[in-house]
Amino acid sequence: MANDNQPANTPTIDLGAAVRDAVIASLVMLGLAIPILALKTEQNMDNRLVLEPRWHYVWIACALVFAVRLALTLFIWNRKAKITVAKGEQTPTIMSGLVRVLKPFSGRAGLLFLVAYPLLALWLVGPQGSIKWIDNFGIQILIYIMLGWGLNIVVGLAGLLDLGYVAFYAVGAYSYAIIATQVIPATFPELGVWSFWICLPIAGLLAALWGVLLGFPVLRLRGDYLAIVTLAFGEIIRLVLINWVAFSNGYAGISGIPRPSFFGIPFNASEEGFAAVFGLEFSPIYRTIFLFYVILALALLTAFVTVKLRRLPVGRAWEALREDEIACRSLGINTTNTKLTAFSIGAMFGGFAGAFFAARQGFISPESFVFIESAQILAIVVLGGMGSLFGVVISSIALVGGIEILRELDFLKQIFGPHFDPAQFRMLIFGTAMVVMMLWKPRGLVSTREPSVFLKERKSISGSLVKEGHG
Amino acid sequence: MEVFVQQLVNGLTLGSIYGLIAIGYTMVFGIIGMVNFAHGDVFMVGSFIALILFMVATMFLGLPTVAALIVVLVLAMALTGLWNWTIERVAYRPLRGSFRLAPLISAIGMSILLSNLIQILQGPRNKPLPPMLPGSIHIMGEDALATAISYKQIVIMVVTVVLLAVFWWVVQKTPLGRAQRAVEQDAKMAALLGINVDKTISITFVMGAALAAVAGVMYLMYYGVVNFSDGFVPGVKAFTAAVLGGIGSLPGAVLGGLLIGLIETMWSAYFTIDYKDVAAFSILAITLIFLPSGILGRPDVEKV
Repeated sequence: MANDNQPANTPTIDLGAAVRDAVIASLVMLGLAIPILALKTEQNMDNRLVLEPRWHYVWIACALVFAVRLALTLFIWNRKAKITVAKGEQTPTIMSGLVRVLKPFSGRAGLLFLVAYPLLALWLVGPQGSIKWIDNFGIQILIYIMLGWGLNIVVGLAGLLDLGYVAFYAVGAYSYAIIATQVIPATFPELGVWSFWICLPIAGLLAALWGVLLGFPVLRLRGDYLAIVTLAFGEIIRLVLINWVAFSNGYAGISGIPRPSFFGIPFNASEEGFAAVFGLEFSPIYRTIFLFYVILALALLTAFVTVKLRRLPVGRAWEALREDEIACRSLGINTTNTKLTAFSIGAMFGGFAGAFFAARQGFISPESFVFIESAQILAIVVLGGMGSLFGVVISSIALVGGIEILRELDFLKQIFGPHFDPAQFRMLIFGTAMVVMMLWKPRGLVSTREPSVFLKERKSISGSLVKEGHG
Repeated sequence: MEVFVQQLVNGLTLGSIYGLIAIGYTMVFGIIGMVNFAHGDVFMVGSFIALILFMVATMFLGLPTVAALIVVLVLAMALTGLWNWTIERVAYRPLRGSFRLAPLISAIGMSILLSNLIQILQGPRNKPLPPMLPGSIHIMGEDALATAISYKQIVIMVVTVVLLAVFWWVVQKTPLGRAQRAVEQDAKMAALLGINVDKTISITFVMGAALAAVAGVMYLMYYGVVNFSDGFVPGVKAFTAAVLGGIGSLPGAVLGGLLIGLIETMWSAYFTIDYKDVAAFSILAITLIFLPSGILGRPDVEKV
């Protein structure tokens, strides 16, 4: 009779089964770990490989898997029944909390913070310390935000999975580098100080042209095939840059790329330099701050264009295309033009970012444009929630900024020993984040969509409904 | 002529390795319609497992090379199969029924994860082994033009042919193969008829990984060196092979592998070695654009 008092949706805990399950999981871990984790291959003095056993790691890994699996079975998966009952209500998590806290910053406040950021950094840590904060954090993150927003047009809005986006980044960077180091000095050397501002639109246009060129043949493909072909195109462009030495100088790359000038005033210590003209003491910080504002302006331009385009017929056609290509065609949308515009506009912003990258580094080589870079930008778009501008910002800060912070954490060295280098875990974290994100929230962090066109009242739609035709 | 025959032998050897990897792509694509982007990295994990097991077998157990290779082949197939089983279980199975691109993105993440995991666990440097199975059979020509087929190449081709025959028999004649083909045609219907769809898909992943492990052992034996980044390019080339042969078709994957291997070696021999990867990637793009169903594949019918 006592059993009748129990609520129906409390499952009984079968400890024996849970333990058995956890033992199986740890045995699988043992099988996975046996050769790869247990024995490390090292080259000895004679350059011969020897094996270094490290069985203790295997036992730690197996114990961890056992404990985690047991805890999950007993405490988390056990409650599944209750959660399904309360379907529809969003369960609060750390991430959704973070999104909620940061949400007010997506508007004017965030913009104000970004504009004030270099001055804030300057004021807080002084000119010496602030270069690191403005350059490594500010500019680096903004480049990725801009690339993410550019790719977002292709992946997030038009739903075309592009694994070769870095190709357009490379086209932009090489256009600027080659025009500024070869073409302008040979034809109009007096325009040298203006070269960045002349080349920026050219780099964007060339990248857009390449977007159309590469977009044309792949229009008939969709989904997975499209992704693989764009990957192939990205790799072809990189391999050509490596091998066509006369054009791109191969692996050695192009150096001595002119830096951008402040509307014709260069940032150097000379009489005509920025510091001298404005009567300031010379310091490299001015250029860094200037570069920060340039990339901020470029990124905001990308966001502005994206927001505006979403309301235009072409933007609505992109989103319709993402949802259902066949329905789109039936409604008379020209899918060829729709896809090509998405490809070329996305590519153009990639080209702008590439030109900026070349100008900031002063040196480029094919090493900067590998597939992993494309995957990183894609990870940023996917984690942010495809189609969400604000999501891209959060995931860029989390992934790029988080990894920069990892470098700064010296105390980790004291825990894990002096050879511990957190930066080597960077790509591992990226990969894991992509998998975990797909499992946990396939729609990304910000998965609600604001409708671009609405009747009377603006309702936001949960992203999980969008793909199923409710949006 | 001598150069041509030598390149033919080399191309067929390389093509056998690509063909073995391509089968993994083609089987998974056939059964769940997903490009298993991490398959190239599973191949790389397989060759690392083989490397370590081979060192254990020769250094600690003192087995002769041939015996060691046989033991390593069997164990590497089993362990790599376990790896792919776990990957499917953790990263792909929960995404069945999710939106279209979710499994592909998860597989890309898995690919990055695997190569970086191996980089961290085994170090970023090349792992060379002393050459094994030296010696060759002389076919034709003298001195500089001497053409020979090495024992390694013979082993690779024979193992590939034997394993293909075995897998062909499994897919065509056993209840397991019948279940696989049924799931490939219509997973829902197969489930209604009492086929355990999840188990069949898991076994497909294990089989694909086992063949990738064989390719890993062969790769290690042929080149004598592996690196954590060795999964990407052979993976893309094997995918090209699968597409060229007609994705979903087993004989197509092998045919495509042999073609890609031949094109790559001939290109390196007669044109320029610098652009051999460009050639492979271009073939991939051209095939997907102009011949998406491949040489032996069935045309893809689009249902609304």
